[in-house]
Amino acid sequence: MPAQVLTSVVDGLMLGFVYGVAAMGMTLIWGVMRVINLSHGPLIALGMFGTYFLFTGLGLNPYLGLLLIAVVGLVAGFVIYGVAVHRVINAPYLSSLLATFAVSMMIIGVGTAALSTSPFNVDFSLGSVAAGPLTIPGTRLMAAFAAVLVAGLLYLFLYRTKPGKAIRAVSNNRGAAELMGIPSSRVLALSFGIGTMLAGLAGGLIATFFPFTILSGETYQLKSFVIGVLGGLGNPIGALVGGLVLGLLEGIIPAFMPVSWVPVIEFALFVLVLLIRPTGLLGGRA
Amino acid sequence: MRKIAVLGLVLLVVSLTIVACGGAPAATQPGAAPAAGQAAAKTGGEKTVTIGFTTSQTGSANLESGRQTNGFKLWLDEINAKGGLKLADGTTLKFASKSYDDESKKDRVQELYTKLVNDDKADFLISPYSSGLADAVAVIAEQYGRVMITAGASSDSTHDKGYSLVYMSYTPASRYLTGALDLLAKLDPNAKKVAIINEKDKFSTDVVTAAKAYAEGKGYQIVTFEGYDTGATDFAPYINKIPAGVDAVIGGGHFADGSTFARQLLEKGIKAKFIALLVAPPEPKFAELGDAALGVIGPSQWEPLAKYSAEGAKAAGVEYYGPKLEDFVTEYKGKYTEEPSYHAAGGYAAGLLLQKAIETAGSTDTQKVKAALDKMDLMTFFGRTKFDTSEKTHGLQLGHDMVYIQWQKGADGKLTKQVVWPEAGKSASALYPAR
Amino acid sequence: MKVGNVGAVRPAASAAVPSIPARFWQRVSFWVTLAVVALLGAVAIVSQRDTLREAMFTLLMFASLASSLNILLGYTGYVSFGHIVFFGLGGYSGFYFISKQGWSIYPSLIVGGLVASVIALLIGLSILRLRGAYFALATIGILEAARAFVANFGPFGGSTGLSINFSVYRQYGGPAQALWTSFYIMWVITFIVVIVSFYIKSSRFGLGLLSIREDEDAALVMGVNAPRWKTLAYVVSAFFPGVIGTLYFFKNGNVEPADAFRLQMSIETIVMVMLGGQGTVLGPILGAATYDRLRSYLLTSDLFKNLHLAVAGLALLLIVLFVPAGVVGWLRGRFAQLRRVLE
Repeated sequence: MPAQVLTSVVDGLMLGFVYGVAAMGMTLIWGVMRVINLSHGPLIALGMFGTYFLFTGLGLNPYLGLLLIAVVGLVAGFVIYGVAVHRVINAPYLSSLLATFAVSMMIIGVGTAALSTSPFNVDFSLGSVAAGPLTIPGTRLMAAFAAVLVAGLLYLFLYRTKPGKAIRAVSNNRGAAELMGIPSSRVLALSFGIGTMLAGLAGGLIATFFPFTILSGETYQLKSFVIGVLGGLGNPIGALVGGLVLGLLEGIIPAFMPVSWVPVIEFALFVLVLLIRPTGLLGGRA
Repeated sequence: MRKIAVLGLVLLVVSLTIVACGGAPAATQPGAAPAAGQAAAKTGGEKTVTIGFTTSQTGSANLESGRQTNGFKLWLDEINAKGGLKLADGTTLKFASKSYDDESKKDRVQELYTKLVNDDKADFLISPYSSGLADAVAVIAEQYGRVMITAGASSDSTHDKGYSLVYMSYTPASRYLTGALDLLAKLDPNAKKVAIINEKDKFSTDVVTAAKAYAEGKGYQIVTFEGYDTGATDFAPYINKIPAGVDAVIGGGHFADGSTFARQLLEKGIKAKFIALLVAPPEPKFAELGDAALGVIGPSQWEPLAKYSAEGAKAAGVEYYGPKLEDFVTEYKGKYTEEPSYHAAGGYAAGLLLQKAIETAGSTDTQKVKAALDKMDLMTFFGRTKFDTSEKTHGLQLGHDMVYIQWQKGADGKLTKQVVWPEAGKSASALYPAR
Repeated sequence: MKVGNVGAVRPAASAAVPSIPARFWQRVSFWVTLAVVALLGAVAIVSQRDTLREAMFTLLMFASLASSLNILLGYTGYVSFGHIVFFGLGGYSGFYFISKQGWSIYPSLIVGGLVASVIALLIGLSILRLRGAYFALATIGILEAARAFVANFGPFGGSTGLSINFSVYRQYGGPAQALWTSFYIMWVITFIVVIVSFYIKSSRFGLGLLSIREDEDAALVMGVNAPRWKTLAYVVSAFFPGVIGTLYFFKNGNVEPADAFRLQMSIETIVMVMLGGQGTVLGPILGAATYDRLRSYLLTSDLFKNLHLAVAGLALLLIVLFVPAGVVGWLRGRFAQLRRVLE
């Protein structure tokens, strides 16, 4: 039994890192512009397909492919921001929710027509690492490593670079930031671009070990909400910790009850945290 | 006051447009429909029979449903190419089909079938793929009095609801895995520990509920009993609950989840001696899993290796109807350049059974065709077919049997599908232990 | 072309309006809305066509779901992303009594509604403290938690849900007649939802809700018992989805967790409210009608079959970006004199 729990917890944590990356993008966008990005899930799914086509079509190593996905994601984020979000950024928040939902419908609609909803697989394996009772597929180890790397880079960007500081300034107080001469439109577009990039990266990583369809992003979008709240909405670094907490829960809960109770507990906890401590267990925004 | 009048007018126009949209599709095709409905009333000449169904062009059941539709379309093309079906009274029937995309979702499927019956004037219905959808549609078939052959749907529970026009062409879910347990008992009398992990949909739940009771009755110990959601991709939490020293892992659900489950069983290094999964293994595409497919056993409604023939029918004392098994396989390969799976064969068989029933009835009248189906007991390339006619479980399949396949390595090292059970029809002995 | 006329004479018209009492206009608006609902139902009955009836059933169902959501979203300004949870939980409860206890549909409808309301009361007391997007997120969480819970809940059949024996329809005059009965009930429900929507909007209660929407803190200061009133709005807006869920599952003959708690359906209902115009009574009905017909048309047209979702998404985006107040809201804004007629 203890060996089983250990395996389960390690599996959960490995996945938690990737959840963290997925949630970082969501929570960054929320923090900066107070928009819940409902196209986050489909963007994650597009990231998965990015890995698929780069690997299967061009034979590119999935981890190298991530670089390309990051660039495309950034640009896609700018475009989505410009077309769908910018006009409603100051409207009641329902408008931005629906605008991003419309984007999600379009991605899923075109995606379904072009890619069907049959599952795709990236046939890529790094073997497994075995240690005692543990067997961890190499792709998951790499994904966890990549997730830490991404989180680290994001931290450096937000705290050590000028555009990063501008993002944090706008996130704290857009009005004041504008008065200080920070071009808020550009910062908002940049944040949306980075958020989209992170969604794409998360998808690209997930694709190396799970099969996916254009609809697969929804699960991770919902998990991103939970993680965002656990780690503090608007706090991208907290999201990584939130992801780990969620992964840990997913590892521990099955030891005590059927696995199908996991989402019940997850979402109940989510609502509870929202009620008791809406700023998140870890508090504050970036 | 004029403003109100104007406004009233605007609203009226809006409402009428909305209403018109609802009515439009029906209005555009008034000619085609009535002819078919009355095909039986007139004699001589040529009539067209419309068969309606939905297919899951998108959604989780997309692969299986697509195969089923392929199979059905092959039957449709063949019968029409032969000049249609000639009835005893001299009428020649041509067949047409009408279908929509149900997105693998239940919420629109009832509306679509209502449309098929009323607007497209479908004379007969074929069920959508998967038990959940077929279950929802059975209500419509009954409500509008249309005979429906269910293909790709085998929940026993669909047939305990008092329906009288719904006929199941597949072996019911409750018998999917019982044969696998028989096979296990034969291969290894010492096997004790069985882990059951299944998709939590209607079909798979019916399967494992029956299998669990059967296994416990035979003295097996169920060490894990867990269900996962449709569309699951991460099976680690379930696999982690399989204790060491397990003898058999059985369960699964449909293609997408089943193949992922098999892959992750290998990745996680589960050393089960016997793995039997639903639906996925018999699909030729399963071989793409490579090592993860090796040794996996799957219940199948039908296999190209099966041995149903006119001789077999004679031995069983029933009629043989329709094409030879080899001919079906050749035709299907010719048209779709792939090996037919049982879903494809099921689609073809659904058309074929309907054809036979209409031929016997000598009419397209619902009640006469129903009577013919009630009396039906025959063999086709798909196997034996006989329906339950008791009031309680009307339409349940009684005649058809499952076969069990296993992916084995051939002499050339390539994965091949072998029939390993039942004993009488096997093409190879089972590989045991599987891993 | 008539619309053009209205625009052209606008200045003169608004000057003439005040001479007629506001009550009169309210009444006109009330009857116009009822007439639309009546018309929508009547087409199906007059034509006696089953397809049209099914299409209208779906349409009326969405119209009343959107209208009841509007009580919370449009009047009170709280955006519930998971409102369909009441459709699911209420529907499941009502259906349980039909399926397992052998009740008739009529009391079960009421039970379905009441269960939904009671749950809304319990949930509302806690989550209505949250504002804005936090509230929206919480409702999504509740929806997902409820779905997962029901999938594990034995009495509701777990993941495979509940179903009814076909013979049950005999007491409603056979299956074909049961479909008509369901349709009539749906029609009546839509009328009731509209009447309740109107009643609330023109009452002191409704005024209180509107003040919460405009500025909750100010409303509190002005003596509006905001916590109690918004909870009440939540409870009322949860009642009808519960009733409708029961009816819908009764008509389908079965229910499964995946059909009962669909986030997508929940968001689509919001889209309908937005499309027609939130906060107006007629808006959600027109919005539901338009959206449902559009989607249904796209789904069955050969040209758009594969792209229906994308086209619907594009339409939604254009509306959000350029007509954020919805059709009715736009009409109200564009033609001042219509404001009195379009409640």
